[in-house]
Amino acid sequence: MKFILVLITVLFNFSLLCGTEKTIDQNTIHKNLRCLVCQGQSIADSNSDFAQTVKLVIKDLIKEGKTEEEIYSFMADKYGEWIVFKPQLNQHNFLLWFLPYLALILGGVIIFLIIKRKRNL
Amino acid sequence: MQRIIKIIVPAIILFIMGVFFISLNKDVNYRTNSLIGKKIPNISLEYFNENKFYQKDIFKKSNYTLINFWASWCAPCRAEHPFLIKLSKEKNLKLLGINFKDKKKQAKIFLDNFGNPYDFLAKDEQGKHSIIFGTYGIPESILVNKNLIILKKFVGPLSTNDFNSIIEIIN
Amino acid sequence: MLSNFGNLLLFLNIILGFTLIYSAFRCLKLTESIIPKKIYQISALQSTLIIICFFTLIAAFIVSDFSLITVYQNSHTLKPTFYKIAGTWGNHEGSLLLWVVILIIFSFLFLIFTREHPKQFRIITLIIQNILIIGFLFFILFNSNPFSILSPISKEGLGLNPILQDPALAIHPPLLYIGFVGSSIYFSAAMASLITNYSQNSFAQSIKNWVLISWSFQSLGILVGSIWAYYELGWGGFWFWDPVENVSLLPWFAMTALFHSLIVFEKRGLFYFWVITLCLLTFILSVTGTFLVRSGILNSVHTFASDPARGIYILLFLCLMIFSSIYLLFKKYKKKDYDLNPNSKETFILVNNWFMMFYLITILLGTIYPIFTDVLTKNKISVGPPFYNIVILPFVTIFLLFMAIAPKVKWIKARFENLKNYIFILAGSLLINFLIIFLFKSYSILSNLIIISALFLIISSSFDAIKSYRDKKIDFAQIVSHASFGFLVLFIGLNDNFSIEKDYNIKLGEIKNFDNYTLKLQNLELKNFPNYKTVIGELEISNKETSIKDILKPEIRIYENPKTLTYEAAIKTNILKDYYITMSNIDRSDYYNIKFQKKPLMIWIWISTIMIVFGGLIRLFKNAKNN
Repeated sequence: MKFILVLITVLFNFSLLCGTEKTIDQNTIHKNLRCLVCQGQSIADSNSDFAQTVKLVIKDLIKEGKTEEEIYSFMADKYGEWIVFKPQLNQHNFLLWFLPYLALILGGVIIFLIIKRKRNL
Repeated sequence: MQRIIKIIVPAIILFIMGVFFISLNKDVNYRTNSLIGKKIPNISLEYFNENKFYQKDIFKKSNYTLINFWASWCAPCRAEHPFLIKLSKEKNLKLLGINFKDKKKQAKIFLDNFGNPYDFLAKDEQGKHSIIFGTYGIPESILVNKNLIILKKFVGPLSTNDFNSIIEIIN
Repeated sequence: MLSNFGNLLLFLNIILGFTLIYSAFRCLKLTESIIPKKIYQISALQSTLIIICFFTLIAAFIVSDFSLITVYQNSHTLKPTFYKIAGTWGNHEGSLLLWVVILIIFSFLFLIFTREHPKQFRIITLIIQNILIIGFLFFILFNSNPFSILSPISKEGLGLNPILQDPALAIHPPLLYIGFVGSSIYFSAAMASLITNYSQNSFAQSIKNWVLISWSFQSLGILVGSIWAYYELGWGGFWFWDPVENVSLLPWFAMTALFHSLIVFEKRGLFYFWVITLCLLTFILSVTGTFLVRSGILNSVHTFASDPARGIYILLFLCLMIFSSIYLLFKKYKKKDYDLNPNSKETFILVNNWFMMFYLITILLGTIYPIFTDVLTKNKISVGPPFYNIVILPFVTIFLLFMAIAPKVKWIKARFENLKNYIFILAGSLLINFLIIFLFKSYSILSNLIIISALFLIISSSFDAIKSYRDKKIDFAQIVSHASFGFLVLFIGLNDNFSIEKDYNIKLGEIKNFDNYTLKLQNLELKNFPNYKTVIGELEISNKETSIKDILKPEIRIYENPKTLTYEAAIKTNILKDYYITMSNIDRSDYYNIKFQKKPLMIWIWISTIMIVFGGLIRLFKNAKNN
């Protein structure tokens, strides 16, 4: 039994340590940008002229050493937040990121209270 | 507690329905207004004919400059060309033409045939500069002032209304 | 002629609806507990007439009767007959008619399958369902009538978009509608249950099969939509968190929470208000979804053509539904003291509801938030895959673990007896995960957690299957569905981490090398077909390690009527992986843009989803047998 527990700890830590580092991935960035002349496609999926041009620009920006976030800011600055699929964390979008977690915590609290009620009897 | 919920829940629903109702009448089409009011980015545009580069200071040479992205293979560009010729005669306005993803020979033929309205002519063979100016297709025109502020963007060929509004602004 | 006939049938149906409601009210006042034959007859007549009406529309499409605007806008004489028929429901007006067909048929079926339940409850369900029916019929007749006439009559139609001409997409609406329109019946039943105070366990009996049927079809509808997206849309993915996709997923979470709550309600009489709320929520979400998609306020890959007038009508209808539900719910709510033991099946199902609501709220928020920012701040934002992945994925891990443990937890009060087994299962999961990393490649921490939990669920379910076979207490439905869900997450996780995507600009005869593969554009062929011209690219992909060569032929197609350009993906499927190639031309050059993807285990993703539904069908079959 102890052997099993040790095995678990070792394997778990090993798997996590192997977790790949986050290097800048062109494809990820392309997937996160909206093709503005297409209906709902990303730059990665689009065959349009606009998408081709954006891919070239992204390539240059990566070469310049910009981080992923910097590239998204750059594009959002030129085209508005609509071009980035990941909502930026600012005062407008704060609720969007916050409310789901609030709901989760609220739900958890309610369940806890329901169970606690029994204990008090 | 229950009373609070009985008030809050209907209020939230009403709010959501209200927003939905308002959005029904809104225009879904997206216009890239994000650059209006902002300054021109640092640019380095290659001359059409020479191995030199235009820098930001060309915009200071006149009270207003109209940046126009065009190409010989673009039919709507031909349609708006007469407006550009007319605008080139304006004293307060200079025109910067950026030849987009085009072949030099074709572009020259186009200008020979239809006239060259541009005070400054640059080329953008790969199209990358169009992104820096926040454009997504051609023709697209951007009106800037002496202080490098972007005043207006025209997506698509210039219409009579667009032409008139440009005239109004520069005078 | 067909138009007049169709309109007549619609009109008759409205009259029948009113007649039914009137008769139902009269029946309420009678003291007998049996529903008079007359009501059954009217309901049967209603169903017959609406089915004839629907077939009339289908007939109009088959014979290409272009005097009907709907047929003119959505069909063409050269379309194959199968797609002419599918075109009936592939448009706004026709699909609304299908909506009403299902509302009416379910109304009738509910009537005949609930004879053991209280008369008041059944009658009021009938009344409410018919209010919904009449509401939709009015909408059809006055705003979205598939039988409206076009004059002068055109000789040819505008045609159906070629990417919609696909067998998967043809059955996608009917499947999906049985799902979320089917939920209307338990919406009405829930309202009736509140009004008549029918809150005993037997209430669960009246709706549980309907919940299962609608859940199964909803799942199949979503599956088929994803299959279509994968095969037809050419980006190699099957889920984009597009607003229209999200809208079909929202009722699904409510349905899943609902039938789990029904289990508790049926067994122990608890969670009545959960059951009621979820019944109401499911159909409300369905109508909200329809509103969002048809009103045009959401920008998406696959919206119908939009019309604000439609939007206003549906919005008003939705408001009516929501406020009457809330009113009833508030009026009839009685506080219940649960007395729940934390280690009991009831608590675990409550936890399931908690997670379902979390997923539901997140996806709902992501879908409608842009509408709010646009209206309130004039700023347009996009909410896409990154948002949903970041918020939801971390919690899938814990959720999977709960899914593994919950089925074994006893009712009322359980003991921590299986802890040793779980530790062994955890060790097994970690071992298999380690093997995957060792043999192939490693992945992110989050992927590790998700894959380990998925394996935990799968192994745990397998042991459950063995144990239940030995004990002869077979509950295959639950084991199959839970295990398949584990497999689904596992395969999606592996597929996502081990996919290869390459994007090249390539000329004829050129070769590209990457990883263990060589890609060559061997040939380009132009071909003409009756309704389209195509450029077929022949690409050879060779695996340097195994020397296996595959040929894939993606196409660029130019259709007439309507004039469209489509890119047909070339897909080669086998048990281990799919090869996926799309080709597009680059303007003003003789280069072609080739997107190559290797997608491992794709077919298992579809199979897992089918197996999840299969579990539901097993339960349905068992319920039917027991009755």
